[in-house]
Amino acid sequence: MKLLAIETATDSCSVALLHDDDVREDFREAPRRQTELVLPMVEGLLAQAGWSLRELDGIAFGHGPGAFTGVRVAVSVTQGLARAAELPVVGISTLEALALDAFARGVRTPVLAALDARLGELYLAVYGRLAEDRLEALLPDCLCHPDALPSLPAGIRHAGGSGEVYREQLGEAVAGLEWLEGCRARARHVARLAAPRFRASEGLPAERAQPVYLRDQVIQGAVR
Amino acid sequence: MRVLGIETSCDETGVAVYDSRDGLLAEALYSQVALHEKWGGVVPELASRDHVQRLLPLVDQVLAEARTAPEQLDGVAYTAGPGLAGALLVGACTARSLAFGWGIPALPVHHMEGHLLAPLLEEDPPAFPFVALLVSGGHTLLLEARGVGDYVPLGESVDDAAGEAFDKAAKMLGLGYPGGPRIAALAERGDPGRFRFPRPMTDRPGLDFSFSGLKTYCLNTIADCGGREALSEQDSADIARAFEEAVADTLMIKCRRAMEQTGLETLVIAGGVSANKRLRARLDQKLSSGGIRVCYPRLDLCTDNGAMIAFAGGLRLAAGERPDDLAIHVRARWPLAELNPVATDRPDENRGA
Repeated sequence: MKLLAIETATDSCSVALLHDDDVREDFREAPRRQTELVLPMVEGLLAQAGWSLRELDGIAFGHGPGAFTGVRVAVSVTQGLARAAELPVVGISTLEALALDAFARGVRTPVLAALDARLGELYLAVYGRLAEDRLEALLPDCLCHPDALPSLPAGIRHAGGSGEVYREQLGEAVAGLEWLEGCRARARHVARLAAPRFRASEGLPAERAQPVYLRDQVIQGAVR
Repeated sequence: MRVLGIETSCDETGVAVYDSRDGLLAEALYSQVALHEKWGGVVPELASRDHVQRLLPLVDQVLAEARTAPEQLDGVAYTAGPGLAGALLVGACTARSLAFGWGIPALPVHHMEGHLLAPLLEEDPPAFPFVALLVSGGHTLLLEARGVGDYVPLGESVDDAAGEAFDKAAKMLGLGYPGGPRIAALAERGDPGRFRFPRPMTDRPGLDFSFSGLKTYCLNTIADCGGREALSEQDSADIARAFEEAVADTLMIKCRRAMEQTGLETLVIAGGVSANKRLRARLDQKLSSGGIRVCYPRLDLCTDNGAMIAFAGGLRLAAGERPDDLAIHVRARWPLAELNPVATDRPDENRGA
């Protein structure tokens, strides 16, 4: 199986090619530079692998939650590439990809994935690992206030992501919580998580690549 | 040369296929007016969210209607600015990725150049050089168009755009959004003799505009009538009429002055406000009689649309223009005068049989 994966929902920009068990990734810290970098990175990786877009079996993308514009970059690029090359798409939670980064570092207990959602809130989820590339949502992705956290499943010892800005509040909710440094939602994890779903023929047509924002209160700036 | 055009700079998702030999093959537009109406104006984040849902199905629809397979396309043109950054990015990312996947060039197009060139899509198109008045919700701009991409600014609004003034006046009258068509409809029943609004900046030399004073004048007139709650249907219609007359007259006076100043004989009007009937009538009445040819795009090309983007991109593609690399950039602000002139066929040769 050959997949392309794109993740641009946070401050990084990453693109990966999966070939069965191998993943090749281009990962860069690039706040607000995703639009500039993403297609050159896709082209670069395809050229290195000697692949054309058309020989892929699908395109996976991080569907958020994350920065609205960043999420739409991955979605729009996925839509365009997938339509042009007539490929199916699979969207993967950015928080799930973030959790897999923690498991890839050897964590064995449930992981708290947290992203700074700005406006005093955070995107939060807890994932457990069922198998190498299969996670289970113990707390589904949600938007919450750090002082009004949802009830968290037991057994969490590690956390990762930019939600660390609320480490104090999260530390009160989870005793002894350890923050993993440099934990990122990466395209390599998006690719790994999507592979079983493509194998199960769960790929969707290009236009079904859509963001998952979680925050729908976007009107406060509007003129009335 | 066949080009897919994509427009997402504000609150309309527009897609079209233009062929330099066969003309406009298909176009589709999805307007978000209903989405933004209750907020009294465009909410940028909602606009972006809607574009990302509408765009690809519109592309599919337009390609099917144009009976065009991707292999028959020579390029994908998209609006790269000016406009709402988030909305522009949806179109830009999708267009660049489609073009990359199809292995054809992608052309970033200036939204206002699209509007400016839209009248060239008509039969018997105007020839360069000409004076252009671009009037929309975001722009009021007079310029001398010497060729494709060769635009010399003559004047612009120092504050509100004409379309913005319409929207604000409509809000004051409780007409809702978008204001232009609503003011125009109401003004039909208005008495032109009851109120007279000023014609801002026409009493001094120069080609700049100012519309924010009209807004204040409108507010004061409403207050003189006892406030918005006290306005009768006829009061509102009379105010709408006076307001529309003032905007149309002001635009006409500046256009006439621009024609005198440049000595050119063709005036092209484009942008959303160019759909206004009173403005058209006023220009026809005062300028055409003086031997000036006044050209407008047809009504559905006055508002934002994909056709003008496909057309403008096609002219640049034909002139050999190509993007430098695969980096995607949009520009929320982008002065028209910064465009590079392109050597191109005359538009009439571009249309052909």
